[in-house]
Amino acid sequence: MVTFLSGKASFTRSMAGDGLRPSLRVALGRVLGRAAADLSRRTGRGSGGVIDGRVLLALAPSAAQELSCGREIVLVSGTNGKTTTTAFLAAMLRSTGPVVSNEDGANTPAGLVHALAQRPAPQRVVLETDEAWVPWTLQETGAATTVLLNLSRDQLHRHHEVAALSATWAAALEDVNHAVANADDPAVVHAATSAARQTWVAAGAAWTGDLVTCPRCGREFHLEGVQWWCTCGLRRPEPDWWLEDDYLVSRGARVPLEVALPGRASRANAAMAIASAVDLGVPPEEAAAALQGIRSVGGRFQVFEHEGRHVRLLLAKNPAGWVEALDVVGPSQCPLVLAFNSAGVDGRDPSWLYDVPFEKVADRPLVVTGSRATDMEVRLEMEELGDVLRAPSVIAALDLLPAGDVYVVANYTAFQDARKELDSVS
Amino acid sequence: MSRDELTIVLVYPDALGTYGDRGNALAVRHRALGHGMSCRIVEVGLRDAIPRSGDVYLLGGGEDASMLVAWEHLRHDRGLPAAVEAGAACFAVCAGYQLLAERFADQSGTGRPGLGVLDVRCGRLPGPRAVGEVLAEPLGMPGIGFLTGFENHQGDASLGPAARPLGTLDVGVGNGDRKSEGAVQGRVVGTYLHGPALVRNSGLADRLLESVAGPLAPYDDDRVERLREERRRAALGGRRRVSPRQAA
Repeated sequence: MVTFLSGKASFTRSMAGDGLRPSLRVALGRVLGRAAADLSRRTGRGSGGVIDGRVLLALAPSAAQELSCGREIVLVSGTNGKTTTTAFLAAMLRSTGPVVSNEDGANTPAGLVHALAQRPAPQRVVLETDEAWVPWTLQETGAATTVLLNLSRDQLHRHHEVAALSATWAAALEDVNHAVANADDPAVVHAATSAARQTWVAAGAAWTGDLVTCPRCGREFHLEGVQWWCTCGLRRPEPDWWLEDDYLVSRGARVPLEVALPGRASRANAAMAIASAVDLGVPPEEAAAALQGIRSVGGRFQVFEHEGRHVRLLLAKNPAGWVEALDVVGPSQCPLVLAFNSAGVDGRDPSWLYDVPFEKVADRPLVVTGSRATDMEVRLEMEELGDVLRAPSVIAALDLLPAGDVYVVANYTAFQDARKELDSVS
Repeated sequence: MSRDELTIVLVYPDALGTYGDRGNALAVRHRALGHGMSCRIVEVGLRDAIPRSGDVYLLGGGEDASMLVAWEHLRHDRGLPAAVEAGAACFAVCAGYQLLAERFADQSGTGRPGLGVLDVRCGRLPGPRAVGEVLAEPLGMPGIGFLTGFENHQGDASLGPAARPLGTLDVGVGNGDRKSEGAVQGRVVGTYLHGPALVRNSGLADRLLESVAGPLAPYDDDRVERLREERRRAALGGRRRVSPRQAA
């Protein structure tokens, strides 16, 4: 078992500045960053992690490089499942020793640097990374292992195209030692092929809307069952790990996949995490066992009780995420609350709602809420689902529904709002 | 002309469907049902022949590579120009709009011949991508109200004498001249109002229906009117920069 250490970072850039040694800058940044974070917490503005990282980066632009030096860093990215997979993998690696991770989901430079600056500073770091910040993070941290989950349309006003993002990843991964990648996602496979070594996981892809053209050459793809290929040579690689019934299987291992979190996507995320953990030296059975105690991640799938309503909270922020959420919700007649915003990270354009097969939510009570509730109401009307209620908040929405099971499905900022609301009354 | 059942043909949703463009088929169907007409949606994939007997044809937006794949199929199929020639209505968005033009520019800026259904030439905006809410006044379509939408494109459009703009811009980049948005020629409409533009612009959906089915029974939709008003206010509240071309 070979362990790759990061640390290709060089300090020459920051040393050329004002003569202050980089380690002093980082130390000063840490002190001031902690003070800013403390102030942020005390004034109720947040957990302080992002402001801490921002201060640190402002004072020491090479902080990520310095703080990564000599450590074993694993980067996790993808359109969906980043936070869950990061939590799974960190839990598995903790069975072998201490691990630090940005499990709060702050996945752009400030949040990453905040995680790297944690004290004590264990050798192992798992960094959930925003798709667009993968090149920066690889460059700065020299992460030796990159876990690539999936790429699909999301926040198109910001990322524009899946193929372009795949190409950016492919260029960035040229210096990466090892990619653990989803063999069922061509955009991921194209990117991962650049790394020196790959572990392919047949993690599946519930969303196929972005599978028309080859991410490498732009030609039309050929699809047959789970196989896909292009005349340029890009094709589905032979998986190293795959699912057989309730087991995750490789040539040398067969472990039960007992995931407490519901849905197909949770199993896929678990498979990616186990494959990564095993490569990093965790015995397969121990890796699988670490999954069983995880019942919610950052509020995803969290269960709340509110006046007789048994509420499960789901995050769905793009078409692929919605397809997975509908898999969890299933064909039951369980009422749904759909909370929909378009603030900041949500993306300003909700056109993608028309890529979600909402015809599947027919025949059950539906309540919409959020700053773009009207868009959601009209979306459902276009499926001829006109009998939809509307409420000013998630709690008000629940009050319109009978006692019993309810799913609340929300996009990012609506999810955060819903979590706060439900926390305050549960 | 009146039909027992209208056929809406959604052309290549697998390649031209980046921004929820399927919503336009749902919007036309919803309006048709509201007006008391029966209606079916036929989705035509890249490997299918485009039927020539449909009533309303819809083309959506696509990424650069998917657009070129769609272009290859459309050129060889020829079903769409034949259907338009036979009197069908057509609504095309972003990449779809460009494919209907006389010429369009691919990702590298190389000009390629379009289907020539619209007397329009499309190039690429010289500056940053046009992204944001759009508000426009329709031209020559009294009674349909303002046009509202969201744009996210790198293309422009110059109209020849046979086409006229779909609208004059209040907010947005549109065809790239800061003045005009989209193109209309007979029963064919092209626009940079992307994705499910006909959901937000039910009056425009009605015009497409009327052009193939004759006068329509009244149908008010309060929810859509509420959405239109919300988006109009959002567009006016966040007026954007001047278009790259005008700034240059």
